[in-house]
Amino acid sequence: MELFWLAISTIVIGVFGCVAWFWGSNWVLDRIYPARGPQAGDNIRKANQIRPWLFLGPAILFLTMYLVYPVIDSFWRSLHNANGSRFVGAANYTWLAGDAKFRESMVNNMLWLLVVPALSTLFGLLAAQLTDRLKWGNIGKSLIFMPMAISFVGAGVIWKFIYEYRASGEPQIGLLNWIVTQLGGEPQIWLTIPGWNSFFLMIVLIWIQTGFAMVILSAALRGIPEETIEAAILDGASPLQVFFRIKVPQIMGTIAVVWTTITIVVLKVFDIVFVMTNGQWGTQVLANYMYDWSFRANDAGRGSAIAIVLMLLVTPIMVWNIYNARKEVR
Amino acid sequence: MSGVQLNRVTKDFGPVRVIHGVDLAVEQGEFCVFVGPSGCGKSTLLRMIAGLEETTGGQILIEGQDVTDAEPADRGVAMVFQTYALYPHMTVAQNMGFGLKMNGHPKAEIAAKVAEAARILKLEPLLDRKPAALSGGQRQRVAIGRAIVRGPKVFLFDEPLSNLDAELRVEMRAEIARLHRELGATMIYVTHDQVEAMTMADKIVVLRAGRIEQVGAPMDLYDDPDNRFVAGFIGSPAMNFVKARVQGGQVVSPAFAATLPAASPALTEGRTVEIGLRPDALRLSGDGPFQVELAENLGGTTFAHLRAPSGEKLIVQTGQRLDPAGGGSLGLSFDPADAFFFDAETGQRLR
Repeated sequence: MELFWLAISTIVIGVFGCVAWFWGSNWVLDRIYPARGPQAGDNIRKANQIRPWLFLGPAILFLTMYLVYPVIDSFWRSLHNANGSRFVGAANYTWLAGDAKFRESMVNNMLWLLVVPALSTLFGLLAAQLTDRLKWGNIGKSLIFMPMAISFVGAGVIWKFIYEYRASGEPQIGLLNWIVTQLGGEPQIWLTIPGWNSFFLMIVLIWIQTGFAMVILSAALRGIPEETIEAAILDGASPLQVFFRIKVPQIMGTIAVVWTTITIVVLKVFDIVFVMTNGQWGTQVLANYMYDWSFRANDAGRGSAIAIVLMLLVTPIMVWNIYNARKEVR
Repeated sequence: MSGVQLNRVTKDFGPVRVIHGVDLAVEQGEFCVFVGPSGCGKSTLLRMIAGLEETTGGQILIEGQDVTDAEPADRGVAMVFQTYALYPHMTVAQNMGFGLKMNGHPKAEIAAKVAEAARILKLEPLLDRKPAALSGGQRQRVAIGRAIVRGPKVFLFDEPLSNLDAELRVEMRAEIARLHRELGATMIYVTHDQVEAMTMADKIVVLRAGRIEQVGAPMDLYDDPDNRFVAGFIGSPAMNFVKARVQGGQVVSPAFAATLPAASPALTEGRTVEIGLRPDALRLSGDGPFQVELAENLGGTTFAHLRAPSGEKLIVQTGQRLDPAGGGSLGLSFDPADAFFFDAETGQRLR
């Protein structure tokens, strides 16, 4: 009960704090530069120059506190030893360069980067196009979108059950092994098969992200002017040609946004790997590796170095994503 | 052989019938205009000929060939849309060549045909541009070029000038008319603008609520309308109508002091009719009972909006300039031979 009241009062203080800040700060500004008197015009101009900062101020403050400062601090820590007591220069980075597990994480991240956005976007595009032409398409869409509502941890647990292994002869509780044994095959410990197990993990993220891609692309497909499609049909284009030569090029910008958005999710992938394999059997990825070093090995230096590498990988894609999204809005 | 022939063509959208058994023959090389108010089915009919709408009943023939169930691309038609419908990601040249490319023509042939169409439409300097970098008039020219390149048996135009400003519309109207002369192809053109219909058509098809009201050359429709709808639709400003009654061999209208001789045997005693008079058939004459409500002075001509003693409104076209604010009252006269008579209920012309 105490917690409840604490939560309520936090919300009330937060909301009214915001109102008080915006109302109060604007009130003060209007007192300092009143919009009347002999200098009314000059005052309005000055007030209008300051006013945006009143609105932006809190956001800038909190972003600096929770985003910019941690980045700088991480970078600073990455130049220090495990407990931050000694400056080590680039030692953590040179260690990374020679570390086999780090290289494995990089390779896996690259694989994730190639496979997941590509397949999610492709399946999303197909789902968007096909569900638009079905009577029960909207139900299909809801079903495909549903995994989006599940947390990555939840999805990881669900799929862990699907890949679950029981010794041959025992009843299989994992869906995949049940199907395999029903077809007369031997049950496999899927998540330990080197090379393949990473792909079994990727399927989980594709399963989640396809819904996202579908919703965005479906909206884009509906935005294509119907006449261009009719003109193409009159021009003798087959349905496949209409799709690939008329529809897809017209939504290329949206496809780029979807692709890059999923790419960023992929680069940060952590929960799925953490829950399902914890990076064992050759499935390690950067985010999970960073967690391992930061919070299991308690080596803030090496953990931070991995974090900085991860950030450097995400940044260019992020910039391109924002650039494309802005272009879409225009 | 007809360019396009429609035999008892019908179209249902679910339980609603929107085209009610249309019969029509468009001669080869003819410029045929479908005209009518919005929702009359003119665009639907055009899209049925194009194959973009399924035909529920009846038969469509293009140059003698039954295409009722043929694919749009196999009908030998090309269409120009109101919104241009250019492919935004392709250049002008690619837009125009897309149809040929889809039908597997060799590159050299496509380039030659695109160049030829570009020459006819004066699009050569624009060939490498994307549609976004073109003005409305240029876009519509490209859309027409895309149609020309395919060398279709029939050109279909779906309100192609509606998105252009007034000046460009006049220019493009002349351009399409010139194109028709040069290519000599069958063209079907949908519009709600009766000026376009009157100026461009060899044959006008007036449609209302999914039925053909009348088919004929522009001046035939103007001079000899079959019914009140066509009489009111063709001609601008529209024909004036006043209520009247046949009494003692005369047509008596509360709007006019004078009566008209019941010139037609269809004007039987006691029948309620409407008298139709074109604005240019009426003449202003000195003082009289017609109040001037408003005058539109266009310089060369003036449209005077009058109110008859019976309360009916009349528009008169005159060379005489009037006070734009109206005021005063005038007399009207006309030659009884210029009057049309329509049945008050069915709207049919009484000849």
